[in-house]
Amino acid sequence: MGALGLIIRREYKARVTNRSFIIMTFLSPLIVVGMIFLITYLTQVNEAGKRTIVVVDESGLFYKDFESTESIDYVDLSPAGLTVAKDQVEDNNYFGLLYIPANIKINTSGVRFYGNEVPGFATLESIENQISAKLTNEKLLDRGVDLDMIDESTTSVSVSIEDFEGERTSKISNWIKAGFGGGAGYLLMMFIIIYGNMVMRSVIEEKTNRIIEVIISSVKPFKLMMGKILGTTLAGITQFMIWLIIGGGLLICLTLYLGLDPETAKTPVGNMAATDLDKIELILLDILRLPLLKLAGFFLIYFIGGYFLYSSIYAAIGAAVDSETDTQQFMLPIIMPLMLAIYVGFFAVIDNPDGSVATTFSMIPLTSPIVMLMRIPFGVPWWQLVLSIGILVGSFLFTVWFGSKIYRVGILMYGKKPTYKEILKWIRY
Amino acid sequence: MTNLLVADNIHKKYGNYTALNNLSISIPKGSIFGLLGPNGAGKTTLIRIINQITIPDSGNVLLDGEPLNAKHIANIGYMPEERGLYKSMKVGEQVIYLARLKGLSKAEAKERSLYWFERLGMLSWWNKKIQELSKGQAQKVQFIVTVLHQPKLLIFDEPFSGFDPINASLIKDEILKLRDDGATILFSTHRMESVEQMCDHIALINKSNKILDGKLSDIKCDYRTQTYEVGIETIDDSRSSLENLEKILLPEMAAHWEVTPANFKTINENDLKMIVKIPQELKSKDLLLYLSNKGSINHFVEVIPTVNDIFIQTINAD
Repeated sequence: MGALGLIIRREYKARVTNRSFIIMTFLSPLIVVGMIFLITYLTQVNEAGKRTIVVVDESGLFYKDFESTESIDYVDLSPAGLTVAKDQVEDNNYFGLLYIPANIKINTSGVRFYGNEVPGFATLESIENQISAKLTNEKLLDRGVDLDMIDESTTSVSVSIEDFEGERTSKISNWIKAGFGGGAGYLLMMFIIIYGNMVMRSVIEEKTNRIIEVIISSVKPFKLMMGKILGTTLAGITQFMIWLIIGGGLLICLTLYLGLDPETAKTPVGNMAATDLDKIELILLDILRLPLLKLAGFFLIYFIGGYFLYSSIYAAIGAAVDSETDTQQFMLPIIMPLMLAIYVGFFAVIDNPDGSVATTFSMIPLTSPIVMLMRIPFGVPWWQLVLSIGILVGSFLFTVWFGSKIYRVGILMYGKKPTYKEILKWIRY
Repeated sequence: MTNLLVADNIHKKYGNYTALNNLSISIPKGSIFGLLGPNGAGKTTLIRIINQITIPDSGNVLLDGEPLNAKHIANIGYMPEERGLYKSMKVGEQVIYLARLKGLSKAEAKERSLYWFERLGMLSWWNKKIQELSKGQAQKVQFIVTVLHQPKLLIFDEPFSGFDPINASLIKDEILKLRDDGATILFSTHRMESVEQMCDHIALINKSNKILDGKLSDIKCDYRTQTYEVGIETIDDSRSSLENLEKILLPEMAAHWEVTPANFKTINENDLKMIVKIPQELKSKDLLLYLSNKGSINHFVEVIPTVNDIFIQTINAD
């Protein structure tokens, strides 16, 4: 086995037999799954508490028009009058009181909600909608319009979007694409931060152990650096796999056992939209219609390119400093582009995947892996992909060269807290 | 005697700082070569260049007549001054790993490390982690790591620091044995007494330049100064009393030679003790002849410069 293979194996073994690594590997999915179920549970508890809203309607228009829902009971106390009703609300500790004045048809600003707590956005909107629908109908009736006629003439239109190659998409599919891209970008960012840091710590460890000089009298620093990055990456992939398996397994087990449906809890929108079976089918079709193979291929390219680009920077930083506390000043140039990429991805790309902001950032090497991963599901011209990958590979090679220069000098430097200027000087050594 | 390692006109700059200034040394095969010099003189830079950790700006290094290249890594064993091993790795596993990086096969590495562990009585450490060992114990492991792949050239930077006297002498004997078995040893230290005991050749580096180089015995000859410690027996209440001798003999001698009173150990504590430096054209027998007329000579020793003296003298003169 060559030296590189030996280093990768040692590094992998050192990572995966590390106690905190093992604990994190098995604890993290438990924590995440636990959190999901806690949130689900709390959401359900929240909804279980039924609220009572007292209605005082002086206009007499809304008699029994407020329909009680799962979470809200409407009690009509119009005959009692506002003052008595208010007392009632306080005595019975009801959620609130809705007051509708007599002249509601002429002046809509007199509607009041009295309560100790501010009602939720959804509750308020439902009340407003009900009042406004009723008033609209009343006014239409006053003008002699037949409501049935309106119902019959109401037409719903759904535009289906199609590109010039004849591939059909839908509005929801845009959200699915954003979800895929966003998920991939976010995953890459997490991977870079967690395992890049691990590479850095392992370099610092060798420095503080002072073993570095023994090792590099046997192998080239470049090989040592690559071995560290590759070994740590393999350990990272192992951990990710275990997370997926344990997390997925736990989620399935708990879902079956508790009979909860985490999907509905995670996406409140799902309650309204996805209940429709047709829509679920459409979503599934949309997912299948995504170029999954192409997505997977590019995901791999950008994931590897982006990860190696960043981890060689992490390795160089580790080599430049003596201890982890000294790394702070060098963290900003790493975290900044990552954050920027995520923000650009979630704002610019979803808004306009082919806009100039999204296009530019999908070319800049430090942000391109994340931004381009988010753009790809929406379709990116080939020349842009080729250019972006070319730039990424070029800057990856440059960073590894640059990083190994810093690494080569840095690992033998002790006791100095290096500045950027000094590190630049090392390149010429 | 042929040279195992020849470094020719090595020049190395770090930014504006010159670490080695056109330095050349030759290390004869089978010798123990002492690389001496004050802190920051450039010893470590030279050692790193030989180890191919650093690349010189100009100059060549030949090992066994060939320019240094990647395959020579297996021919060199290096114990740096800053010792270090992976703290949380098991001792045996670690020794095998480091030996394999030097190109040994797994089986070979295991066999040889077991041999060394047994030889130095360390077998019980095999499954311990380095962090469970004492500093001296870890140093012994490091020594084994350095020699395990049977390199032609062994480089020890301060090999005895951190060892108790028993282990230091154990390691010293092992180094001498390795030399007898054919290895060449480059040895950098500030402990002059071990240089005195072990080195055949030395090179002295100061401020990036080599200022002295050669066989230790030759260098000592060069630094001979015709200086002798002399002790003359005194007899109380006679012409040879200490008082008389001091009053008469000392001024008489001082008229010819450099004489300084001295205080060294002799059998007879009342001896007249002095250090005499005679001119180059005279021989020791001339001094002896002169002294034998003046009293009984109890003590007559040539003052041979120690490596320590040579070191201080040369550095200060530089």
